[in-house]
Amino acid sequence: MVGLRGPRKLGLVLFFLLPSAVPLVLFTIVPMVSAGWISLHSWNLQSPMRWVGLGNYRRLLGDAGTRDALVHTLLFLAGYLPLVYLAGLALAVGLNRHFRGRNLLRSMYFLPVVTSWVVVALTWKWLLNPANGLVNHLLGMVGIPGPGWWASPHWAIASTVIASVWKDSGFVMVLLLAGLQSIPEEFLEAARLDGASAWQSFWRVTFPLLTPSSYFVVVISLISGFQVFDQIYVMTGGGPAGASRPLVEEIYDLTFRYGDAGGASALSWLLFALILVVTVIQQRLQKRWVVYA
Amino acid sequence: MPRKARRGVLIAALSIGAVLMIFPFIWTVITSITANGDVLTTPRLIPQHPGLDGYHTLFAAMPFWRIAANSLVLAVVSTLLLVGTSAMAAYAFARLPFRGKGVVFVGYLATLMVPMQVLVVPLFIEVRTFDLVDTYASLIVPTIASAFGVFLLRQSIAVLPTELDEAAFIDGAGHIRIFLRIILPLIRPALATYGLFAFMSSWNAFLWPLVVIRSREFMTLPLGLASLSGEYSTQWNAIMAGSVVSIVPILLLYAAAQKHIVQSVAQAGLK
Repeated sequence: MVGLRGPRKLGLVLFFLLPSAVPLVLFTIVPMVSAGWISLHSWNLQSPMRWVGLGNYRRLLGDAGTRDALVHTLLFLAGYLPLVYLAGLALAVGLNRHFRGRNLLRSMYFLPVVTSWVVVALTWKWLLNPANGLVNHLLGMVGIPGPGWWASPHWAIASTVIASVWKDSGFVMVLLLAGLQSIPEEFLEAARLDGASAWQSFWRVTFPLLTPSSYFVVVISLISGFQVFDQIYVMTGGGPAGASRPLVEEIYDLTFRYGDAGGASALSWLLFALILVVTVIQQRLQKRWVVYA
Repeated sequence: MPRKARRGVLIAALSIGAVLMIFPFIWTVITSITANGDVLTTPRLIPQHPGLDGYHTLFAAMPFWRIAANSLVLAVVSTLLLVGTSAMAAYAFARLPFRGKGVVFVGYLATLMVPMQVLVVPLFIEVRTFDLVDTYASLIVPTIASAFGVFLLRQSIAVLPTELDEAAFIDGAGHIRIFLRIILPLIRPALATYGLFAFMSSWNAFLWPLVVIRSREFMTLPLGLASLSGEYSTQWNAIMAGSVVSIVPILLLYAAAQKHIVQSVAQAGLK
């Protein structure tokens, strides 16, 4: 497109770019680089920084607290990822049919998605209250003694998984619905003419053609799962006795509880690297299972 | 089972599921109007002595309206900033030819990959250096610009035909006028979608406010609610009252734009 030249053009480009470029440099790029720099030092946020090289990383990799936080994060993911995917898939397949009231149902399932994590966590903390919560009351009515949920070291992570699946399954549903709608009607029609049952045509036609959307869901759910914090912090505070503390809470605690900014920065970089590696591995593996029609 | 019956069962199951899905919200409202003495007794669908105890406790425990106003002002300001700065950069990337554009754009995209967790410590130190801890400014800082918005809006500008702006150009309009008068009106749906998500993410943000805010007066709703639940850990009617009040604005926004949101999530895959 024809336009200005010389200094006036430069001025124009800067006029459009600087309002976003300056804050991005100041509040994303500078902190990102300084996180790397801080991670090579021992620093309690007050006294002068002391160079330790890769000492923080070495310490963290052998540290029991880090290992526990990683295990908790992985346990959370092991529960969250399959459940949220299956729930979202069932909803998407069910709500892809035409019937009256379908849109109302879709928006009911989507409602938790727009609610804040803090509200979701508090709501479930109350529902799953071991002593006075509704869930244990209902379980008691049918003769099952309810567990201690978020107050019990064995059930704390499971409780946060339940709340998270409730919040996110509507989101997964919408992503998978978009995938379902892009599957050509003729494919399913052809399967039906060939005598395939509903079950067969789902597994042989729909599911394979849905794998690109499924891949996307798995990638973003893994990323957000590794970064899990809000709901656990509010529901269990990482407890009881640290039994559910995830990696991000460990970063928060290292900084603001133990004054270990160097260790916290190193751990945040390790988390970032972990997410990056997992995402790249998925990118490699997708060729084996994702079908592009 | 015949097809029709199977369909009926499916729709019934989906409807029951939907009611179960929104039941936690209903339970939140029920608990919020349960009297203080009844909260920790046998749960009841219809409270024995319905009342506003929970709301009274909530308003006495914290400057609730101030906190709600903080959240609202912060969400509106950061939405306007994000939409404004993103749309401008998107225009530059989609319509202005300049040297090094590719490199600059990749630089923008790179910032997308950095999670908030990596930024928290150094950003806190930066904010502390400028003596901004516990101020409104510190809350706004990470929400002035977002490469995600730039990327999203650039896509919607890029698909517009260039004939329109070329015609305006021949009529003597400059880039700024073309941006304001032609491009912005044409990408209104994308602006609305992005605006909604910017609003939601600011309204619901927790980690960053938790890090920079200390005093009640500068808290946002999620932070206020979390601190309330720490102090009044058994006053569930007050905690649920706070949840109810903080859900309402998002609910209204959602009801107004519900169709739009569900569609655009599907298109953009954003959160």
